[in-house]
Amino acid sequence: MNAAGFPVLSLVTWLPLVGGAIILSIRGDAEAVARNARWAALWTSLIVFGLSLVLWVKFNPSDPGFQFVENVPWMPEYGLTYHLGVDGISVLFVLLSTALTPICVLASWEIIKYQVREYMLAFLILETMMVGTFCSLDFIIFYMFFEGTLIPMYLIIGVWGGPRRIYSAFKFFLFTLAGSVLLLLAILAVWYQTGTMDIATLLHTKLPASMQIWLFLAFLASFAVKLPMWPVHTWLPDAHVEAPTAGSVMLAGVLLKFGGYGFLRFSVPLLPVASATLAPLMFALGVMAVIYTSFVALAQDDMKKLIAYSSVAHMGLVTIGTFTFNEQGLQGAMFQMLSHGVVSAALFLCVGVLYDRLHTHEIDRFGGLIDRMPFYALILMFFSLASVGLPGTSGFVGEILVMIGALQVNFWLALLGGTGMILSVGYMLYMYRRVIFGTIMHADLKNFLDLSPREVAVFAPLVVLTLWMGIYPASFTSFWAASIGQIVQNHQMAMLHGVHLAGMLPR
Amino acid sequence: MNWQIALPEIVLALSGMAILLFGVLYRRDASVPCNMLTLGAFLVAAFLVLSTPDGSGYGDLFVVDAFSRFVKILILAGAALALMLSFDYNRHEGIARFEFPVLILFAVVGMMTMVSAANLMTLYLGLELQLISLYVVTAFNRTAIRSSEAALKYFVLGALASGLLLYGISLVYGFAGSTSFAALASALNAPGGASPGLVVGIVFVIAGLVFEVSAVPFHMWTPDVYEGAPTPVTVFIGTAPKVAGMALLLRTLSTPFGHLSLDWRLLIELVSLGSMILGALAAIGQTNFKRLMAYSAIGHMGYTLIGLAAGTEAGLRGALIYLVVYVFMNVGIFAGIIAMRRHGRVFEQISDLAGLARTDPALALAFAVFLFSMAGIPPLAGFFGKLYVFLAAVQAGMWTLAIIGVLTSVVGAYYYIRIVKVMFMDAPAPAIDQRPAMVSFVAAATGLFTVFFVLFSAPIVAAAQAAAQVLFG
Repeated sequence: MNAAGFPVLSLVTWLPLVGGAIILSIRGDAEAVARNARWAALWTSLIVFGLSLVLWVKFNPSDPGFQFVENVPWMPEYGLTYHLGVDGISVLFVLLSTALTPICVLASWEIIKYQVREYMLAFLILETMMVGTFCSLDFIIFYMFFEGTLIPMYLIIGVWGGPRRIYSAFKFFLFTLAGSVLLLLAILAVWYQTGTMDIATLLHTKLPASMQIWLFLAFLASFAVKLPMWPVHTWLPDAHVEAPTAGSVMLAGVLLKFGGYGFLRFSVPLLPVASATLAPLMFALGVMAVIYTSFVALAQDDMKKLIAYSSVAHMGLVTIGTFTFNEQGLQGAMFQMLSHGVVSAALFLCVGVLYDRLHTHEIDRFGGLIDRMPFYALILMFFSLASVGLPGTSGFVGEILVMIGALQVNFWLALLGGTGMILSVGYMLYMYRRVIFGTIMHADLKNFLDLSPREVAVFAPLVVLTLWMGIYPASFTSFWAASIGQIVQNHQMAMLHGVHLAGMLPR
Repeated sequence: MNWQIALPEIVLALSGMAILLFGVLYRRDASVPCNMLTLGAFLVAAFLVLSTPDGSGYGDLFVVDAFSRFVKILILAGAALALMLSFDYNRHEGIARFEFPVLILFAVVGMMTMVSAANLMTLYLGLELQLISLYVVTAFNRTAIRSSEAALKYFVLGALASGLLLYGISLVYGFAGSTSFAALASALNAPGGASPGLVVGIVFVIAGLVFEVSAVPFHMWTPDVYEGAPTPVTVFIGTAPKVAGMALLLRTLSTPFGHLSLDWRLLIELVSLGSMILGALAAIGQTNFKRLMAYSAIGHMGYTLIGLAAGTEAGLRGALIYLVVYVFMNVGIFAGIIAMRRHGRVFEQISDLAGLARTDPALALAFAVFLFSMAGIPPLAGFFGKLYVFLAAVQAGMWTLAIIGVLTSVVGAYYYIRIVKVMFMDAPAPAIDQRPAMVSFVAAATGLFTVFFVLFSAPIVAAAQAAAQVLFG
């Protein structure tokens, strides 16, 4: 049995579905159904979060391997197992997913007025799929969870989204699916080549170098769309603008991390030769994302679109950090993802606060909010600066680590990647000035109320987390230090081995 | 002589005649008891299929093995589900006559004979018994012009395909000297066994069989027949005959013509590619739900054929699993289509389903499950169908088929999620009528199958494996 003494990962994964079943069984008039659905979803997600804290407490950071492992044969004749486990890379993503779900439920408390039951059900299904993606140690099961997120997210954007929600939902669905099916073929090729789908085993399996390049490209097709990387990022701004606030939070907070997690879990350890060979391509794409999308963000009139483009830029840094293959770079990529998960989620919630009051996220419709909503202005300031990477907030740690890692590879890489930090100050502060400062130009802003207690409850944990991650990052980095160390070590071993092999082969 | 191996078919045929007699002699409306008796006959037949031992008989015309057993159970299940959906529809449309279940029953006898065929003649006889019954049920709503038109098209094109098949059989007989599968297999195994004339004959046989499964380029009848036939008949045509035709194709190509796989493989690959591409692209513009399902069926047959094109045991296993999954999700979608009725009037346009999620959430949920499953999104059953088929393609190194296959599945996903969009995201249309209990039951049963396939797929995969092994044994 695992360290927790009970199958904690299965419980965390499947409990949301139990909550979903309870929500489905609610009967009564529309008002009662909506009220009960909200409470049921909140309690389910809180219980799941509480359970997932077991991982935080019982996780052994010095062990680089998988912990809390559950292994049940599923289809033994094909080598498929129901194999769950977390290591340093995935454990905090599980916690991020379980922490953001109750926040999302709270954030949707009043704004979602129709089909509340279905909405809450979609979020609980989404939680199951997200947690499952990070926990699964069988490649096929991973793919099922990974792809399964499409169904609830498609419905969340399409049913409860803004005016162009249908276009955005289709774009999201088809972009992601097109990338993922190529991943599926790559998974099948790996299956055929190695005869196993067990990720823990695969990590110690060597694949032929000629095959690695193709597999890497197929993996890239899927993870690049999810992350998203330039030039396949175009679905993200659309999806964010149209999704309801909580949908954006989940999308930015967790779903984007699938891409980075995929690189760290599969591309780098499984395909070391191809990763090293194609690292320059990845750097180029990462730098392109940082610079290009930062400039695009500068020109946006829509707050959500601006934050969406800033997400693409931040994820560009994750790409750069991942493919430096040194400890600082990989740790930086991890930290950047986690920090972005908290900060961008919070920024979308900030936009949601305004959207709840005025039903728009056009920057020009606001201005001078500091007079009416001082506390809100403070919160938005805090998260904008965290996104920019102010020292003392979580954003700083990730960016500085990635830069240190990049410097060891190439000076120009670090310099070009670093421009993102400067540009982000530009677009974030420009947005902040237009929304918060100035005089109130629009009469309907005059009777705005500051944050309600419910909204404070939504933001408080995120503020604490951001500060904690910024001031004492060691309590987070200690989780993944061992696992990252092992990835780096394995990569170096593989490269040494590869060099020897290349030297031995006749020309 | 072990005549018992054909016991399920014999019992089914005799009970068909008995039900016919009963229907004629019964004084009152015989449709309800005849329906029930037919369902009972299916149940008995399924039991007999499971208990019949392996073997061949009737001068090697007829064979029973794990493969035929697997496919027969699937055919009986598909036919029973389709029949259950027909009860309320036929009564509503005024075509509830006792001949309907009897004709379905005889079609099933034909299909079961096809599946057990060990000789090209048995194959042809079974096929004709099936087709003739199907022509009649297609025209069952005889006062509706669409129904008669569909039946006529089906008949003309079907007769053409039968002609091609028969011509192919005669060529094969002329060049190989036998119509028995075993004799053909050993004749073709000999060096220089495949003369050009024989290959031409095989091509004609394939053409005739490809018509059965409505794959490109013999798909033209499908949209019109699907749209024109009474909906329960469409359900039936969309499930059992597809399974039987595909099983026939699998058996014929891998048993007697298995040694010539290099000759026919390219043909099957092209048919599969064409079907997947046409199924994906042609469905995009459809507004009639039944017509869309016809193109979707063409696409799904393309995916199934990937398994045959791979030409391996894993490929056949994949194709069989795909058929199982396909039958259940197809019946499920059609259960929903049969429930589409407003103020007593049937409607078939997709746009009529607007906002179904608000007016009938349970049905919308079921529809969404089937549509996402058809698009191949995990963890629903459709994903596993595709998984095993593509696994076989990857193992056989058929990357063209695999890559085009997954890309067309993305295109296909577009029109499936478009229907989900109409139901979940458009402003609600007036509510639909109360669903008949039987339709709800079928939709719920197939829906649960589709959702929970992930949990109980192991025995089905094992059975498909055993069935595939027979053809390669």
